[in-house]
Order: sequence, then C-alpha cells, then structure tokens
Amino acid sequence: MLCDACGKRIATVHVTKVINNEKTEAHLCQECAHEQGQMSFMTEPSSTFHNILAGLFEPETVISGRPIRTRVRCENCGLSFGDFRRLGHLGCNHCYETFHQQLEPLIRRVQGSTRHTGKVPRIEGRERLVRERELERLRKELAEAIAQEAYERAAVIRDRIRELEAEQD
Amino acid sequence: MSLGDIVKKMSSEWMKGTGPENDIVIGSRVRLARNIVGIPFPAVAGEDQLRQVVDLVAKATEKNSRINPEMYEFVRMQEVPLLERQLLVEKHLISPQHTEQVKYKAVVLRKDEAASIMVNEEDHLRIQALFPGLQLLNAWELCNEIDDGYEETLAYAFSDDWGYLTSCPTNVGTGMRASIMVHLPVLAMTGQVQRMMGAVTQFGLAVRGLYGEGTEFLGNIFQLSNQVTLGHTEEEIIQHLTNVTQQIINQERAAREHILRRGKTQLEDRIWRSYGILSHARSISTQEAMQLLSDVRLGIDLGLLRGIEGRILQELLVMIRPAHLQQMMGRELSAPERDVHRAALIRERIAIPR
Repeated sequence: MLCDACGKRIATVHVTKVINNEKTEAHLCQECAHEQGQMSFMTEPSSTFHNILAGLFEPETVISGRPIRTRVRCENCGLSFGDFRRLGHLGCNHCYETFHQQLEPLIRRVQGSTRHTGKVPRIEGRERLVRERELERLRKELAEAIAQEAYERAAVIRDRIRELEAEQD
Repeated sequence: MSLGDIVKKMSSEWMKGTGPENDIVIGSRVRLARNIVGIPFPAVAGEDQLRQVVDLVAKATEKNSRINPEMYEFVRMQEVPLLERQLLVEKHLISPQHTEQVKYKAVVLRKDEAASIMVNEEDHLRIQALFPGLQLLNAWELCNEIDDGYEETLAYAFSDDWGYLTSCPTNVGTGMRASIMVHLPVLAMTGQVQRMMGAVTQFGLAVRGLYGEGTEFLGNIFQLSNQVTLGHTEEEIIQHLTNVTQQIINQERAAREHILRRGKTQLEDRIWRSYGILSHARSISTQEAMQLLSDVRLGIDLGLLRGIEGRILQELLVMIRPAHLQQMMGRELSAPERDVHRAALIRERIAIPR
C-alpha cells in the first residue's frame, strides 16, 4: 500500500482517528507521518524483529568496501533496497531478482544455505526441476544403501535413477 | 454451519489432549507461506491488488480438489465481529496481526479447526495445520495436501534456487515453519529451562512463548520451531525438530522421575496447594491461573491428582482468555469481572467428582 500523502513511498504508519464518532483512516509513509506529526507518540519505529533483521544487512556495506546502491527500485512494485532494509520485508517476487546480488549474502547468513531442496510446485515447465530434486535424493539414498551393503535396495534405487535419467534426456 | 457456530463449538482439534507424547507435548503446528506470482506482497500491495488476492484465493478455494467443500469455509475478516476475531486468535487459528487492517484479509477455516488458511497476512497465503500431541508429520501432510490443491489454480512465486519466495527472507525456501508446543514444568521449576533454550538455539531452533514472538512463557508452555527454512527438505526440517524435541521430552521425564524420588513430599505439597487455590479462588488473573494450572497438570501426569483429565490444561489455557470468557458469558466483561468469571470457570472444570 502506498502512502496517502506522497503516493510514492510505502505506507508503514496506519492512523485511525475517531472524533465525535467520525472515523478517519490514513496510511502514511514514515517521512510523511513525521511531517504531519502523526508519530509524535513514538520516538523510533518500534524495534520489531524485522528491524533487527534489517539491521543485519548494514555490515555488508562496510565489509565489502563499496556501498550498496540503495536507490535502485524494483520495477514491479517500486520498493528500493533501502526500503527493504528499513522494513525487513521485500515487496514482491520480482524484488528477489532486482536485489539478487544484495540478498545472496544475507540469505546465506540467515539461512546457512542458498539452495532450495524441498517441495517444488508442479506447474508446467517445472517437471524437470522436480525430477532433478528426486534424482538428488535417490543418489543420496543409493550411496547410503551401498554404505550399508544393502545391495538389493541399492539395485532398486539404481533402476529408478536410470528411469528418471532417461526421462530427463 | 456459520462462523458463529464454528467459534461457539469452542474446542479445537489440537485441544483434545490426544496424540503421541501427550503428557508433555500439547500440540504440533506446521505453517506454509505462499505468494502469488506478479502481485506485490501484502505489506506493499495496493487496495486493488489486495482485493484481487482475496478474490483469487476465494476462487481457488472453491476449485481446490484436495479439500472437501463441506469441511471448509471462506470468510472475509471484515465480516467477522471483533469478539470472534479474538476467539480465533486465542485458539491459534489466526495471528494477532490478522485482526488488524482487516479490509482485505480473509481466512479459510476447517470445521474441526485442524487447519486454517490466512489470506493477506504477511504473505498472500499462510496455510497452517494444528494437531494435538507430537504429530508434526501429520500436520505437514495436511498442509501439503491443501497446498497441492491451491497449486492447481494459483501460480506461486517460486525460484529454482531460493524456492518459495516470501515477504520476509527468513521464510524463503520451503516457506515452512514447524512448531511444537511443550509443557515443561519440572525443567522450569529446577531452572534447567534456560540452559535448554540456549542449547536449542545451537541446533538452529527457536524457543517462543505460547502466542508467538515476544510473548511470555505462560504456564511453563514453550514453543519450539525451526529457524532455517532454506536448504533442507520439509521432511528433514520436521525430523530434526522432532529429534531435538524428543531429547527435551526425555529430559523433562528424567527430571520428573528425579523429583518424585528426591522431593515427593514437597512436590505433592506444591501441587495440592496450587489445586487448593484454583478450587477456592473467587478472582484470578490469567498469569496466576496458568502457573497454578501447570502444577495441577503435572500432578495429573504423575498420578498424584486423580479424577481430572489432563486435557484441562490446554482446554482452560484457551477458555480462560478474555474473548472466550466473554463469549461464554454472552456479554462484554471488564478486567475485574473477567477475573471473577475465570475463577468460577476453573473451579467448575477442576472439581474432582466424588
């Protein structure tokens, strides 16, 4: 949701006022809320988990020695990397492409990995990926079976791998 | 059945007190975060886009071949009265955030309350399943199935490398958060809980209070959940969380045995004193009630208190909350009034039949 006042930045301050039973709602960005004095009751935006998370990215700019450009905006939703650092939230799936470079080290640090190995949606064109993940799993199982000298099970797994490999080609 | 009937029916599936390890594990929950490709995430989306998500999910729910339409109901949050929203929060069917800014939020409720789907919470969809006892795999299977059904009509935001794309990068990958609710009275009593929490973090897990992030540890009930959502399969995450929880269960059991051998008299004294207060109090706060109920539940588990069912802990845990008390009394109650009705409800529920 974009700010009611400037229409440019993302609204993060939601103000509901009830005066003489008249209810008004305003959705403002931090800057506009400050200007309008709507945030006088808060000193800093609440230090939620996301702020802390967002804070995690800060050292990145220092360590790499070159500042990350925070002005680039996602062309799908308009979010900048600076917005993300402040909010701790991305704007849309396209942001993951726009900010790929900046997100990679962060995701590695938070998640300890940058490669998904779990469920894959069975939408068209993804059958290949589904098979690839299945193959990885089977190869791991095969190695385990061989290590345990469970050759009968290994043979079954090997056949299944061959089948899948044939489908891949 | 209307939503009103659903919430009036009061008790959810997870509060039944059944399932494996139910002397220590209260419930297991799995939650999947999903988003629709091309539409900004809820925090950033405009009104039209949020409305579009609600409409898309409403349609996808109708077409979802994996869910029985008789069993599920799609409800727009705006149409849910304030009190009923709180009832849903208290039963863990929706998050507290889901009761605010409700204009373009919705929830799909399964009638036995074993599953719910939040629409336009932090992500477009949050599919969750809640089961009594240690049954993470069953909870995952139910979520997975509901998810398979939505996948037939919704194009999910997904990347080959990073998996399911979510509003917050801490959920990216599987989009799965699995959690187990455990009752650890003796580990808490003997001060071992802090150590356990430290150890658990080393294993990539998080410990939270009953109602999620930043909530207090009411009644010695802790929620253990996975931190990492990327790089492991759903089954691996569940296996890991289950293994660590099993260790904690073993420690709690060992501590219970130890205290029974070494300090049975003091323990019995403490349990009966707690029972005494609960069965005679005329006004009681949630906090005090939960602490004492934790003792009573321990007494039941150890066979020191007979004639009461163990499930009163999870049942009362929800029923003594403000919205449930008001629903039961059929009117709004001030805080002091709630304390009075809470005490009366507990007295009635923990009475030992003669």
